[in-house]
Amino acid sequence: MSYAKPHAGVHPVKHLWNKITVSDLGFSSPTRLENGKLFIHIDELTSLLRSDPNVKDVRLAIARPGESVRIIPVKDVIEPRFSRIPDYPVFPGVLSAWDPDANGILSGEIVSLSGMVVTTVGSIVGFQEGLIDMSGPGARYSLFSQKHHLVVDITVNEGTQRHDHEKTVRMAGFKASDYIARSVLKNPLSAGSHETLVNPEYPGSPGFPKRAGRNGKPRIAYLYMLQTQGLLHDTYYCGVDVKTMLPRRIVPTEVLFGAIVSGNCVSACDKNTTYHQQNNPIILELLRRDGTDWDFVGCVITNENVTLGDKQRSSTMAAELIASFSPDGVIVSKEGFGNPDADLMMNCSKIEEHGIKTVLLTDEFAGQDGASQSLTDTHPKADAIVSTGNANDVIVLPPMKKVIGDDRVITELAGGSNKCLLPDGSVAIELQAIIGSTNQLGFERISSRFK
Amino acid sequence: MAEASPSRKYRVVHYVNQFFGGVGGEEKADCEPFTIEGPQGPGRLLEKRFREGNAEVEIVATIVCGDSYFADHQEKVLRELIPVIRGHHPDLVIAGPAFNAGRYGMACGAICSSLEPLGIPAITAMYKENPGLDQYRKTVLIVESTDTVSGMEDAVRKMVRLGIKRLRGEEIAFPKAEGCFEQGIRKNYFHEEPAYRRAIDMLLRKINGEPFETEYPIPFFDRVEPRPALADLKGVTIALVTSGGIVPTGNPDHIESSSASKYGKYPLEGLTTVDAKTHQSAHGGYDNTYANEDPNRVLPIDMMRKLEKTLGFKVHPWYYATVGNGTSVDNARKFAKEIAVELIRDGVQAVILTST
Repeated sequence: MSYAKPHAGVHPVKHLWNKITVSDLGFSSPTRLENGKLFIHIDELTSLLRSDPNVKDVRLAIARPGESVRIIPVKDVIEPRFSRIPDYPVFPGVLSAWDPDANGILSGEIVSLSGMVVTTVGSIVGFQEGLIDMSGPGARYSLFSQKHHLVVDITVNEGTQRHDHEKTVRMAGFKASDYIARSVLKNPLSAGSHETLVNPEYPGSPGFPKRAGRNGKPRIAYLYMLQTQGLLHDTYYCGVDVKTMLPRRIVPTEVLFGAIVSGNCVSACDKNTTYHQQNNPIILELLRRDGTDWDFVGCVITNENVTLGDKQRSSTMAAELIASFSPDGVIVSKEGFGNPDADLMMNCSKIEEHGIKTVLLTDEFAGQDGASQSLTDTHPKADAIVSTGNANDVIVLPPMKKVIGDDRVITELAGGSNKCLLPDGSVAIELQAIIGSTNQLGFERISSRFK
Repeated sequence: MAEASPSRKYRVVHYVNQFFGGVGGEEKADCEPFTIEGPQGPGRLLEKRFREGNAEVEIVATIVCGDSYFADHQEKVLRELIPVIRGHHPDLVIAGPAFNAGRYGMACGAICSSLEPLGIPAITAMYKENPGLDQYRKTVLIVESTDTVSGMEDAVRKMVRLGIKRLRGEEIAFPKAEGCFEQGIRKNYFHEEPAYRRAIDMLLRKINGEPFETEYPIPFFDRVEPRPALADLKGVTIALVTSGGIVPTGNPDHIESSSASKYGKYPLEGLTTVDAKTHQSAHGGYDNTYANEDPNRVLPIDMMRKLEKTLGFKVHPWYYATVGNGTSVDNARKFAKEIAVELIRDGVQAVILTST
């Protein structure tokens, strides 16, 4: 397998992850990190982003945890990172040409800024962007309320088509993130916490046969479903639109480098932003406790295409790839809802047919009253489900003192309605509209149960 | 709040059927509704337990109604009883416990469900297979009881505990924790652990064969693939089975008009037709005027006899009938299994299922 190509004879692929904490943001020249405060050179960053011919205007703003601020409509959230591995950049295949099958994944070090994110907003692309409240009741539902945000507000030229608009805003986020990372993380840094993550070795890789074999610990695999319904519901792996791909095994820590990025304008609550992909908690937990509590034997990414033929092919192949790891059990995470429920059930039943146990992560759409069936498809084998909450649940969000972006779009967001504006300026809106509130990678604590 | 006014006496109205109201058993099930002042039957136990729970409760009235009378005149009874109950200005209404008495459970559910929208807290208790449960669980707090009256003490204890909370205006966020049936409504809450950790924990338990509880029980629908059509009916024995409730006149097996607990097996030998004199519909879920006028409309034996000659099949000499009206899936599955065993034993190769 070419992606497991040995690097200087070293196996398995190991990544040292160094995390530098950012505790505040400010604007000043040059872009630098000083005592935990990140300063951003406004002109340098805006002129970089303006180099895209579709961009008409760029505005930068800062939002801090606890402030009375609403960021809306949020397109993507990204954590700035810098790869210290020569020839293996962050956002491989996105900001630079990169072929995972040609080069293999190399061991080495990655540095990230933790505590801050780059958040892209802009006039609405689809109807499915969301909001982040930095304080108030909405803050409890999203991990992003605890982050320092550099908000990049992009206006595109009039007449820009929707797909170009989406791509322009998407790329602006990666460029801004990469700019910050290169500016402050390139030079050696002493402070920061770090950990080493050791990836599983796959059947067929050098060194696999002698290390393979059971040691009495449960063997766990991970099937990572990515939203690929198309029409602005897209995800990219190494720059390739995942709906055009077949399921494949990945080196789990590829996600740290931004190998999977979001091009999604799907409902805010359960789309995986690029931040979610970079920090996939299932992968991290499976790696961190690998060898002590279980053996993490592998990760497969698969798509959620809309045609029945695609669903059947992808689920069959995904199940076979998972089975190639000979796991005892597999975690299956979903992205999006409705149509992907069918993919989830096919993946579940086909994996169980291999005699492998499954646990599924899904959110629910049980109606505002919670009385409807939560999923659009079911299967008797789906007997172990973790619920990440009913996204139709209505929450009242009081007005914020400051709005970054444009809150006039709130009635148009998926989860909003023309009746959601209350006389006192509050909005009664479904959780669906809050970015990441019912995330199906399992970041949050919200769940649902029968009353 | 009770703490703020310890001297406050709560007014409770209690609904019971003819049996617990002291009128009589099944033979008195046609008894019309009437009111007794003060507690009656299980009401005395309720009042006693409330007081032991430091809640000054007085059962101001006991409303009694026969189970059949209620079932046959539900709209009329409710129209009359709701104003009567309101006239007693109750802080709480308790119906039952109904245990596994189907019509009683339906009546308790109907009463509670009518009162809740009026702002009158109302609770009941029944057994998990009582048809009143499926009908009313979403709108009414129903305490789980045993199937027979032997569980009275336990049911009353749980009803009193729940009743005190409702008298004090406490929100019942998760009825299961109060000994009630889940209402089938999904409600969000914050778990102590993030979802990814719960998923891994659940998987480890599943792998190790330890018990685990899914957070979303999948509703399972029994999908039956239709069989391919028979190419040739010659020599084939065909049976008629209906959930449309066509039974011999007088409904000899007393199949319930709703939430059937049984089915019947009746002869077709020598019959060329069924008519209004010999057969009727026992079904309470559709307007059965036309079925009673000509029962062939639901049990098409007349047409079967005609086709029998031209197509050369044989009509099985027995038909099976039940009432598919609010009948639980569990009951329906049980009937089907028993009927299928007999049909196969008797050499039947095809079945025409008629429903309404």
